Amino acid sequence: MTVKRLRGLLLLPLVLLSGCHFALLDPSGDVARQQSDIMIVTTLITLLIVVPVLVAIGIIGWRYRASNKQAHYDAHWDHSPSLELLVWAAPLVIIIAVGAISWIGTHQVDPYRPLTRVAPNQPVAVGVKPLEVDVVSLRWKWLFFYPQYGIATVNQLAAPVDRPIQFKLTSDEMMDAFSVPELAGMIYTMPGMQTMLHAVINKPGQYQGFSANYSGEGFTDMRFTFEGMSQQDFDSWIAKARAGGGSLDLPAYEQLRQPERNAAARSFASFEPDLFTRILDRCIDASQTCMSPAMSADAHAGGAMQDMPGMHDDNTTPADAAKPAETQAAETH
Amino acid sequence: MLEPTSPPAARSFLFGRLTLDSLPFLKPDLEGHIVLVTFLAVICGGLAVLGLITYKRLWGYLWREWFTSVDHKKLGIMYMILGTVMLLRGFADAVMMRAQQAIAFGPNMGYLPPEHYDQIFTAHGSIMIFFVAMAYIVGLINYVMPLQIGSRDVAFPFLNNLSFWFTFWGAITFMVSLFVGDFSTAGWLGYPPVSELQQGPGVDYYIWGLQLSGVGTLLSGVNFVVTIIKMRAPGMTMMKMPVFTWTSLCTSGLIIATFPVLTATLFLLSLDRYVGTHFFTSDFGGNVMMYINLIWVWGHPEVYILILPIFGIYSEIVPTFSGKPLFGYSSMVYATCAIMILSYLVWLHHFFTMGSGADVNSFFSLTTMIISIPTGVKIFNWLFTMYRGRVHFTVPMLWTMGFLFTFTIGGMTGVMLSVAPADFLLHNSLFLIAHFHNVIIGGVVFGVFAGVNYWFPKAFGFKLDEFWGKASFWFWQIGFWLAFGPLYIMGFMGVTRRLSHFDNPALQPYFIVAGIGAALIALGIGSFIVQIGISILRRKQYAVGGDPWDGRTLEWATSSPPPDYNFAFVPNVHERDAWMDMKKHGYQRPLEGFNDIHMPKNTASGVVIGVLSFACCFGLIWYIWWLAAASFVGVIVASIVHTFNYHRDYHIPKAEVNAFEHSGNWQDAAQGANA
Repeated sequence: MTVKRLRGLLLLPLVLLSGCHFALLDPSGDVARQQSDIMIVTTLITLLIVVPVLVAIGIIGWRYRASNKQAHYDAHWDHSPSLELLVWAAPLVIIIAVGAISWIGTHQVDPYRPLTRVAPNQPVAVGVKPLEVDVVSLRWKWLFFYPQYGIATVNQLAAPVDRPIQFKLTSDEMMDAFSVPELAGMIYTMPGMQTMLHAVINKPGQYQGFSANYSGEGFTDMRFTFEGMSQQDFDSWIAKARAGGGSLDLPAYEQLRQPERNAAARSFASFEPDLFTRILDRCIDASQTCMSPAMSADAHAGGAMQDMPGMHDDNTTPADAAKPAETQAAETH
Repeated sequence: MLEPTSPPAARSFLFGRLTLDSLPFLKPDLEGHIVLVTFLAVICGGLAVLGLITYKRLWGYLWREWFTSVDHKKLGIMYMILGTVMLLRGFADAVMMRAQQAIAFGPNMGYLPPEHYDQIFTAHGSIMIFFVAMAYIVGLINYVMPLQIGSRDVAFPFLNNLSFWFTFWGAITFMVSLFVGDFSTAGWLGYPPVSELQQGPGVDYYIWGLQLSGVGTLLSGVNFVVTIIKMRAPGMTMMKMPVFTWTSLCTSGLIIATFPVLTATLFLLSLDRYVGTHFFTSDFGGNVMMYINLIWVWGHPEVYILILPIFGIYSEIVPTFSGKPLFGYSSMVYATCAIMILSYLVWLHHFFTMGSGADVNSFFSLTTMIISIPTGVKIFNWLFTMYRGRVHFTVPMLWTMGFLFTFTIGGMTGVMLSVAPADFLLHNSLFLIAHFHNVIIGGVVFGVFAGVNYWFPKAFGFKLDEFWGKASFWFWQIGFWLAFGPLYIMGFMGVTRRLSHFDNPALQPYFIVAGIGAALIALGIGSFIVQIGISILRRKQYAVGGDPWDGRTLEWATSSPPPDYNFAFVPNVHERDAWMDMKKHGYQRPLEGFNDIHMPKNTASGVVIGVLSFACCFGLIWYIWWLAAASFVGVIVASIVHTFNYHRDYHIPKAEVNAFEHSGNWQDAAQGANA
């Protein structure tokens, strides 16, 4: 694809400039790569009009400087229907092109949309189930549940290369953004609500993840590592977490959710099966009413509310930007 | 579940929750020392200024001629001074952030702990928008717009004075937080849950400071709209108004429609904090998304409130210094109106990543892009105005050229961010920071400096020094790109905003370059202040008459500075660029036949209501309920008393008018001293 060659051209000076990796221009996950492609293509289209304008600013300013008496001076020339048509039409054409790409792209890489491919020309193989990861942003660390494997980790995330990942995300108290620039664009995590993200990593390696939405004094240190690894490595990674022991039950979670800065990575061999749902439902304490039954009761009590869009499924979670949460059952292998 | 506000510790009736521990400069740590030094500097500087005023016996003069004045020109100048003082404060915050980010790598944690750093970026953002950019905008509109439409004042002169004092005391509220208590750490828009959960008075300072200035701005908006609709000189139809007046009208319309949203949103937030409601909490039916939507329903039009009048300034400067009328006046007007309307339809692009779904995101992505069409039209029209012109590169024109170049690039990065899939990568990154500084500095700040250099001779009767003006321009121009170029690049590496410490040492060179850029900008601000100072010293040498630039609009038809009454005879308008038209037809200024001129009278009510409002807010911030209650009653009483004041106007006797019209600073009116 031409974008590939353009990307090389674009990256060359930047790479020479420093040893840094430009995650947004050459990411390692297919979703981020599609987003990056869209960014590069739309930028190039915009440059079609921006570059001539920048040049024109220089040329017109220079040519019509007061000291240049050779330049044609017309003290009354202040309109021209054809030029005005041009100045409205030119940006309009550019925006139609960019807008169309944005419209299509927004739908194509919608974070809620399950992946249909893991790389260009490489559709998701039949029968491959995505890796499920349930994410909770705490103050100020990340908690990851692996319901298919029964383990939970803090500040470390791993996935096999080329296997689709389905994240469900919420937050314990603050509003954060789950961001691994090499993997996919970010998505907010919010208390009492569930967002979703589908992504895939294509190259093995260690990548930086962090919160991209300010959430208070420990925000700076709210980082985690995301590792793309082969299936064997991933299996041994899971096995290691299982062997490490530790169980994330309610008291352990109560302790984990206390504000903490610069939290170390750790793992739990098992977790309370419905913990993610209870965090999402905001009923960690037995004394608290879970939000979904409460909202359901409200919906029944206040007749008018039932007519509101989004209020009529009785079994929904409070997630309003989100799809209904499935019951989390930790699979045992 | 965390309660939004702390349970009462030891609260006294007299001082509420204010104790000696609330004074950060008494703390023995580094933060305490930084604040102490600042505090001592402010105290010394403040005492020196007060002492000088007392020594020179200026208090009476200031009170009569400035504080109680309802003259739109004096209020405009006071707004500009307020904006400049707050620029220094906001820029000091920027320098502290740049310094922290340049050194805080690896084991070095920098000199600011996060709690302090977070207050600084919050203060920087909110001060720069509310008390620098807004003060400058309202100041320029105040000074110029009534002159441009041939009016003698704004529609509600007292309200104008009251607006200023609300804004002023809002700024003071922010400043007080530096030395008494702390400030919000929730960012310039006060997002919950941080703003719900932060203990202490910080967020309350933010809320009440903004409430004061927000009311002031709203009243200004009402005032400007009525002035433009009702008080134009005879013959000046809407499509003959100067473009700056048009943009002022659109901006004021935006203010009226959006500032109430800000006031209501902050009011709901304060209910959450004060009485335990749950509008934006995580529990009990509250929702942070509601706050974020509401604040951006105000916040996005706010950016256009700032940039539209600035577009107006450039639309005055380019024709004047190109020696020909603005190209495509109607296009310009329609583009402005289109931007005004579209600016309401784009707020969601500030949070594409919230999970709204593809259809919603696509819609807001498209509306955002569509705004760039009328904006692009404006750029083309300024270019075609210069085309076939005779462009004089005076200081205002240099700023305009810098704007065209910088803003075009800022507009392009804006379109990049508006592409929703790209925004998922770029959101909240340093790329975003670079983008909005690109349009706010490259657009608004450059425009304010262009406007100040352009209209200063009108306001004071002498030009600003060219050399220091050019020095300021180049320092800003180069400093801007050095400070924000590295941020664009780091954005592509995925570096996010608001970090006070970094692990990756490869980033440090970029932050050091950005720091050098900030230092150059500091020199730019310094040059601007030197420029003002030197010009005051050389005011005899730089003296000009009513029309130093061979201007085109009515503000150049009167003397510099204009008399209190602006125009002895209200001009009749026949064409666009009314003053150019008058000059072309050999206009002779009448020197006899004057009448008494009916004018509004100064009043102390604005000062009194302003002080009492500040006392009320201070009481609310510190839970000093008796003070809040008493001063609130005071505001009501003072307002009622003001309505019984029937001596609101006076007449300037015709003898005085006659004397001024024979003496004022008119000279170069017919000379076309543009060379």
